[in-house]
Amino acid sequence: MKKKILPRLSSLLCLSSAFLLAGCDWALLDPKGTIGAQEKSLILTSTYAMLLVVIPVIVLTLLFAWQYRHSNTSAEYLPKWSHSNKIEVVIWVVPSLIILFLAVLTYQTCHSLDPYRPLEEEASVKPIHVEVVALDWKWLFIYPDEGIATVNQLAFPVNTPVDFRITSDAVMNSFFIPQLGSQIYAMAGMQTQLHLVANTAGNYLGESANFSGRGFSDMRFRALALSNDDYTAWVQKVKAASEQLDNSNYPKLAAPSEANPVEYFSHAEPGLFDQIVAKYNNGMVMDKSTGKMLHVQSAMSDMNMKE
Amino acid sequence: MLGKLSWSDIPIDVPILVGTFAGAAIAGLAVLGLITYYGKWGYLWKEWFTSVDHKRLGVMYIVLALVALFRGFADAIMMRSQLALAYAGNPGYLPPHHYDQIFSAHGTIMIFFMAMAFMTGLMNVIVPLQIGARDVAFPFLNSLSFWMTTISFVLINISLFIGEFSQCGWLAYPPLSEQQFSPGVGVDYYIWAVQLSGVGTLLTGVNFFTTIVKMRAPGMTFMKMPVFTWTIFCTSVLIMLSFPILTVALGLLGLDRYLGMHFFTNDGGGNQMLYLSVIWGWGHPEVYILVLPAFGAFSEITQTFSRKPLFGYNTMVYATCSIMVLSMVVWLHHFFTMGAGANVNTFFGIMTMIIAIPTGVKIFNWLFTMYKGRVEFHATMYWVIGFMITFTIGGMTGVMLAIPAADFVLHNSLFVIAHFHNVIIGGVYFGYVAAMNFWFPKAFGFKLNEAWGKRAFWLWFVGFYFAFMPLYVLGFEGMTRRMNHYDNPEWYPWLLVAEAGAVMIALGIVCQLTQIYVSIRDRNLAENRDLTGDPWNARTLEWSTSSPPPFYNFAVVPVVHDLDAFAHDKEAGIDTRAAGSTYQPIHMPKNTAAGFFVGMFSLILGFAAVWWIWWLAAVGLIGVIATVIARSSNNDVDYYVPASEVARIENEHTRNLLAAQAAE
Repeated sequence: MKKKILPRLSSLLCLSSAFLLAGCDWALLDPKGTIGAQEKSLILTSTYAMLLVVIPVIVLTLLFAWQYRHSNTSAEYLPKWSHSNKIEVVIWVVPSLIILFLAVLTYQTCHSLDPYRPLEEEASVKPIHVEVVALDWKWLFIYPDEGIATVNQLAFPVNTPVDFRITSDAVMNSFFIPQLGSQIYAMAGMQTQLHLVANTAGNYLGESANFSGRGFSDMRFRALALSNDDYTAWVQKVKAASEQLDNSNYPKLAAPSEANPVEYFSHAEPGLFDQIVAKYNNGMVMDKSTGKMLHVQSAMSDMNMKE
Repeated sequence: MLGKLSWSDIPIDVPILVGTFAGAAIAGLAVLGLITYYGKWGYLWKEWFTSVDHKRLGVMYIVLALVALFRGFADAIMMRSQLALAYAGNPGYLPPHHYDQIFSAHGTIMIFFMAMAFMTGLMNVIVPLQIGARDVAFPFLNSLSFWMTTISFVLINISLFIGEFSQCGWLAYPPLSEQQFSPGVGVDYYIWAVQLSGVGTLLTGVNFFTTIVKMRAPGMTFMKMPVFTWTIFCTSVLIMLSFPILTVALGLLGLDRYLGMHFFTNDGGGNQMLYLSVIWGWGHPEVYILVLPAFGAFSEITQTFSRKPLFGYNTMVYATCSIMVLSMVVWLHHFFTMGAGANVNTFFGIMTMIIAIPTGVKIFNWLFTMYKGRVEFHATMYWVIGFMITFTIGGMTGVMLAIPAADFVLHNSLFVIAHFHNVIIGGVYFGYVAAMNFWFPKAFGFKLNEAWGKRAFWLWFVGFYFAFMPLYVLGFEGMTRRMNHYDNPEWYPWLLVAEAGAVMIALGIVCQLTQIYVSIRDRNLAENRDLTGDPWNARTLEWSTSSPPPFYNFAVVPVVHDLDAFAHDKEAGIDTRAAGSTYQPIHMPKNTAAGFFVGMFSLILGFAAVWWIWWLAAVGLIGVIATVIARSSNNDVDYYVPASEVARIENEHTRNLLAAQAAE
C-alpha cells in the first residue's frame, strides 16, 4: 500500500510546486523528441514570464483586501481617490512588456515549430515517410517506401525524422503522440503534414485528439521508436504478414470498427493514400513537393460520389 | 403522419432516462398542482407570462438560468462519475451513445441556457434602472426574446425523452454532424434549439443597444454611464455582430442535413474547415459576450463595498471597448492545429494574447479600487475576491493556449477544458452569482441570506480547484477531452480528485438553493428588508428608486450631473425621487401574450422540423406568422399611467418608509 501512495505523493508535490520542478513524468513534461522538448521549454518559459505578473496580482488581491478591510480603521482611507497617472502607466506597461516578450517568442516558435517544416537539425539522416489515414475508429499507417501498411501500430527508428502525410477517410480527427510533440488534424479530401522525431527509444501512446464519434475512446495506437536494427526487424515482421491491402479489401478495413486490434499488411497498394485523398476531389490530389494538382486513376473514385 | 417519429424513439430501455422522466414528471405535476391549488394561474399569466416589464422578464430569465444550471450540472456530475469509474476495463455506467449526448448537452445548455439566460436576466433587471429609463426600447421584443429562449430550452429537454440529443460535442463539428455520420435526430434537436434561442438573443442585443443609445436619462453622457451599462453596451454590439454568424453556420449545416447540400460534407465540394472558421467567428466573441457583463458587475460591486469610486473609470471603459474589438479577430486560435501557415498562426496567436493586456488592466483597476478603501466582506465581495484569484490563473493558461506552438500539444486536451472552466466558472459564473447577490434586494425588496451565501462561495471556490486543477494535470499527461473510458493508471487518481471537486460544487449549489429558500422565508425580518431602496449605500441610479421599483421605475426621470449619479446626488443632498413634486402621466407599454404565442408556435415548428412532421411544422410556422401579423396590426399597445396614480404609489411608498423608520 505504501508503495502505491508514494508516487501519488510525488505527483502531488509535482502539482504543488507547479512548473518549478518541470521534471515529473507527465507526458508533455517528459518529452522524448526534439519537437516535444522545444514545446515543453516554450510552455515553461511562457509560464514563468506570466507568473511575474500573476503572482503579484494574487498576493496584492489578498493583501489589499485584508489591509483595507472595513474594521481596520487605522488604515488610510481615501474615499474620493480614483485616479493616478503613475499607476495607470505601470498597469498598462507591465502587461504590455510581458505580452511583447511572448509575442516575439510566438513569432519565433510558430516558424521554428511549424509542423510543416522538415527537421533541419536531423538533415543528415534520411527521413522515414509515413502516410496516415484516420478511419472510423482506427489509424492506418502506410509506409510508401517499404510498401507495407499497419493498423494502430506505428514504428520508426530513433533519431530519424518522420515525415507524416495525414488524411482521413471518415470524420475529422487529430493525430497526436503526446510525448513526441505537435498534433495536426486529419481531414478527408485534404492532406496535412507533420514532422516529428524521437530521440529516445520507447513505446509511446498515440491517440486522436479530436472527438470522432462512438469509437473515439479506443482510437489509440502505439508509437514504437526503435533502434535501427529493431526497426529493420519490425519491417521484416510486417512483410511476413499474410494480409495484403489493396483496393478490393480496403473498404472492409475502412468500415467502422471499434477497439480495432493491431494489423499488419505485407503489401500496400501503391498510391493508396493519394486515392483516398483524391476520391473526395473528383480524382484530384495535390503533389506536395511541386504543389501541382494531379489526377489519380482509381478504382475508388466512383464508389465515393454516390453519397 | 408522424414523420420519423415512432414508438422506438422513446428510450424506455434506458433506466437513467426513465428515472429522470419520472422525477421530472412528479416535480412538474407537483408544481402545476400547487399553482392550481393556490389559484395562481391567472396571476402568473397576467403578471408574469404576458408581462413586458423588463424587471419581471429579468427575473424569469434568471429562474430559467437556474433550472438550466441544474440540468447542466446533472450532466457534469454524470460525466465526472463515469470517468471516475471507467478505468482499466470497466466500461463505466454510461455507454458512448449516452455519454456523448451528455457532454454535448452539458456544453450547449451551460452556454446557451445557463450563462446566456443568466446574463440576459441580469441586464434586464439592471440596465434600464441604471440609466434612468422606464423600460427597454422594445418591450414586446423583450418578451418575445424570453419566450424564444425558454422554448428552446424546453426543446432540448424534450430530446431527453423523445429521440436523442446530438452526440457531436457542443459545436457539432462536421463531417461528424452530417447525415452520413449522424443520421439520428440528435443534431437536428441541437440545430433547432440553438437557432430558435439565437433569434431571442439577437433581438435582445438589438433591444439593449437601442435602449442604451437612446434612452439614457438626461445628462448621462456616454462617459457618465455606469461601467455595468458599458459592458452590456459592448456585449450587445458583439451579439449583433456575431449571432448572425452562428445562424448562418447552423443554417448551412441544416441545409446539408435536410436538403442534401454539400457545404461541409467530405465530398461534393464540401469543406469542413469552413464550418470551424464560421462557427468560431461566433464562438470566440461569445466568450466575451458572457464575460464582459461579469466584469461590469465586479466593477459595481467592488466600488460599492470598498466605499470608494472605481479606480480608473476611463481606463475601464477603454479596456472594455478594446476587448470588444479584439474579440472579433482571434477566432482562429481555436484551430491552430488545422494546418494554417506559420504567419497566419502567429497573427492570431498575438492578437489573442493582446487581449490579456486590457483584461490585466481591469484586474489592476479592481485591485486599486480596494486600495485605500474600506472593504466590507459582504458575501458578494467573497465572489469578487475569489474571482480575481481564479480568473488570473485562467487568464494565464489562456495565454499559454494562445501560443500556437504550445497549443500544438495542449489543444483538445483536458488542459483546454480546465482553462475554459477556469474562466467561465471563475469569471462568468462567479460574476453572475455576485451580481445576483448584489442586485437581489433591488428586484425583490429583501436581501439574500449572507451566511448561506458564504457557504455556497466556499464550496464553489474550493470545489472548483478540486474539480479543475486535476484537469490541467491530465492535459499535461496527454488525456484528450470527450473520452468515455481509459486504461492509463496515471490518469485515474486525478479523475477521482476531480469527482470529489464536482461533489463539492454540488453541495455549493445546494447551499445556493438553501440561501434562496431561507431568504424568502425570512423576508419580512426587519434586517432583511430593503425599504430605502439603497441597502448597500451604492453609487448608481438603480438604487435611487424603491425596492422593488414601481413598474414605471422612476416617478420623475432623474437628471444626471456626474458619473455615479446617485452617489453625487446623495452628497449634494438632491432628492432624486423628487418627492412631493407634481407628477406627470407616464407612458407605458401594455402587456401582451403575443411573445408567448410566438414562442409556443416556434416550439411546435422546431419539434416538427426535428421529426420531419411537415404538416405540423406548417402549423407552427403559420402560427408564428399569424401572431406576428396580429400583433403588428394592433395599435392598442400602450397607455398612460395617470399622474394621480403615480402620486398615490409614491405617497404610499413614502408612508411605508416613514412608518418603518419610526418603528426602528
